[in-house]
Amino acid sequence: MGQITLSGVAKRFGEAQVIPPLDLEIQDGEFVVFVGPSGCGKSTLLRLIAGLEDTTGGRIIIDGRDATGVSPAQRGLAMVFQSYALYPHMSVRSNIAFPLRMAGLPKAEQDRKVEAAAKVLNLTSYLDRRPGQLSGGQRQRVAIGRAIVREPSAFLFDEPLSNLDAALRVGMRMEISELHEKLRTTMIYVTHDQVEAMTMADKIVVLNAGRIEQVGSPLDLYRSPRNIFVAGFIGSPKMNLISGPEAQRFGAHTIGIRPEHISVHPTMGEWRGIVGVSEHLGSDTFFHVQETGLGAALTVRAGGEVSLHHGDTVFLTPEPDKIHRFDQSGLRL
Amino acid sequence: MSTQASRVAARAMLSPTVLLLLIWMIVPLVLTLWFSFQRYNLLYPDRSGFIGLSNYLNFVSAPAFWGAIINTFLLVGGVLLVTVVGGIGIALLIDQPIWGQGIVRILVISPFFIMPPVAALVWKNMFFNPTNGLFAEAFKLIELRPFDFLGQAPLGSIIMIVSWEWLPFATLILLTALQSLSSEQLEAAEMDGAPPVKRFWFIMLPHLARAITVVILIETIFLLGIFGEILVTTNGGPGTSSTTLTYLVYKEALLDFDAGTAAAGGVVAVILANIVAVFLMRAVGRNLDA
Ligand SMILES: Nc1ncnc2c1ncn2[C@@H]1O[C@H](COP(=O)(O)OP(=O)(O)OP(=O)(O)O)[C@@H](O)[C@H]1O
Ligand SMILES: [Mg+2]
Repeated sequence: MGQITLSGVAKRFGEAQVIPPLDLEIQDGEFVVFVGPSGCGKSTLLRLIAGLEDTTGGRIIIDGRDATGVSPAQRGLAMVFQSYALYPHMSVRSNIAFPLRMAGLPKAEQDRKVEAAAKVLNLTSYLDRRPGQLSGGQRQRVAIGRAIVREPSAFLFDEPLSNLDAALRVGMRMEISELHEKLRTTMIYVTHDQVEAMTMADKIVVLNAGRIEQVGSPLDLYRSPRNIFVAGFIGSPKMNLISGPEAQRFGAHTIGIRPEHISVHPTMGEWRGIVGVSEHLGSDTFFHVQETGLGAALTVRAGGEVSLHHGDTVFLTPEPDKIHRFDQSGLRL
Repeated sequence: MSTQASRVAARAMLSPTVLLLLIWMIVPLVLTLWFSFQRYNLLYPDRSGFIGLSNYLNFVSAPAFWGAIINTFLLVGGVLLVTVVGGIGIALLIDQPIWGQGIVRILVISPFFIMPPVAALVWKNMFFNPTNGLFAEAFKLIELRPFDFLGQAPLGSIIMIVSWEWLPFATLILLTALQSLSSEQLEAAEMDGAPPVKRFWFIMLPHLARAITVVILIETIFLLGIFGEILVTTNGGPGTSSTTLTYLVYKEALLDFDAGTAAAGGVVAVILANIVAVFLMRAVGRNLDA
């Protein structure tokens, strides 16, 4: 079980309203990702759910039980911190066994569970080391191990991969997704990396200044962002946003078109521009096209073999049914 | 950084200081050793010359000797116990966010700025005095007979004074160590179901181990030489009940004018201090390894 309902949950630090009252429903077994720019309150929201921070208003209901005033240990949730927060003076084995020891489980039972967790996480040969003798990825796995032995009703992750290098991050991302498939436990995952959000989530919650901008599946958010903020935040590289006369032609205040929905042609097309910087990734190439007369440079994705050079003139054509239209206040039309 | 040339240069630059320190240390030590084998009593300057180990035998067989050693250990051990336990307690308290934290912290460290004899005199006259000291008043208030601290429990009273002086040091070191503990570790332990007492025992105390070691080592060095507090409060008495090794050496040299025996006592004290140092490094020194 791991159904979590937030109703009217709010948080202020002194005068600063970090989280205005918000409602959110998290189903049992879901993988929910909180995503948003730095300082938008993702960690705060997660800590509110964990019970490490007191709410200023509203109620947190876990599995039908009002948990608003319940202590963190009693909520039945496990958290993996960004800094891993391993206990440096204990061996990996004692680290993983710590929650079991606190729960007063018999030693044999503890050992059995630790061995089982270590096997799942490929830590068996490191059990007698100290955290200081492990690599970043291994420490991360120990932190996860410490969380899973408790058999919590939900896992909370606060940017668990941000201290890892790019290659390891991709690996750990898959391991966590795999773990979710295996355990089928609710997971709430905080990140500011929208690739992590897109690849891992069943449901993404986009936060901005403490407010929920949109909740939905990754593809929902990609296909129909509810407003300009979500449109700009989800998708990489960012969606091109164009306002002014060109947008009015489409009957909108602002239009948005993703780089992958614009085609490039050397001689004919809707918009004319000059190629600026191009980024060759092998599989794709991203061109930054300037002087389009649209008010902003456009980013365009083309195939990896397309060869255009700095200063070349190109013509761009958007796919008409992939154009997103937004009104004056930034909402989708 | 450490090329051959730079290392040679570093040694050359350091050598005057090292040499100076060496002389500074060696000369008094050698002089003390020299005197300890001489007949050298200030009352009888004409009787002099080499007398072998008899100064040592004299010092060690003095009736107060073994008592002094025990007193020294009781003093050092007692003060260490009070300052470490009390220091952890106070550090935990003033680490809490409270109103007026800055002032409280300054107040807590202020005893450290008071010179030892002054502190001891303040305690002796203001607190311990059996007729008009504050403790006596407090005893009278709850209708108890005033207790003569320095007369009845001289060593305990001195331990109290010295602990008061050294508590700020222990508190300061332990407080900085406490503040370097990541709050996420404590939060993780909290989520893992550890109540406050267990969080202290399993997370904070191990984190403090190194700081506690530093406190113990540094305090021991200074506490072995405690002298001023004893001189101005009990004069080593009543009888010899608060005479420590340092005070015994003083008594030989400046009350009995026997410089030779005093020098022998000094050498004994140095040897003893080294034994304690080796023992301490064995016992707690490994905490200092990273
Ligand atoms: N203890 C606190 N006291 C006062 N303000 C705080 C406190 N903790 C967080 N804040 C403020 O709340 C806001 C949200 O912080 P939070 O840590 O939740 O951001 P975040 O979304 O996790 O950012 P990041 O991606 O950088 O981790 C920030 O503006 C921060 O300054
Ligand atoms: Mg954060």
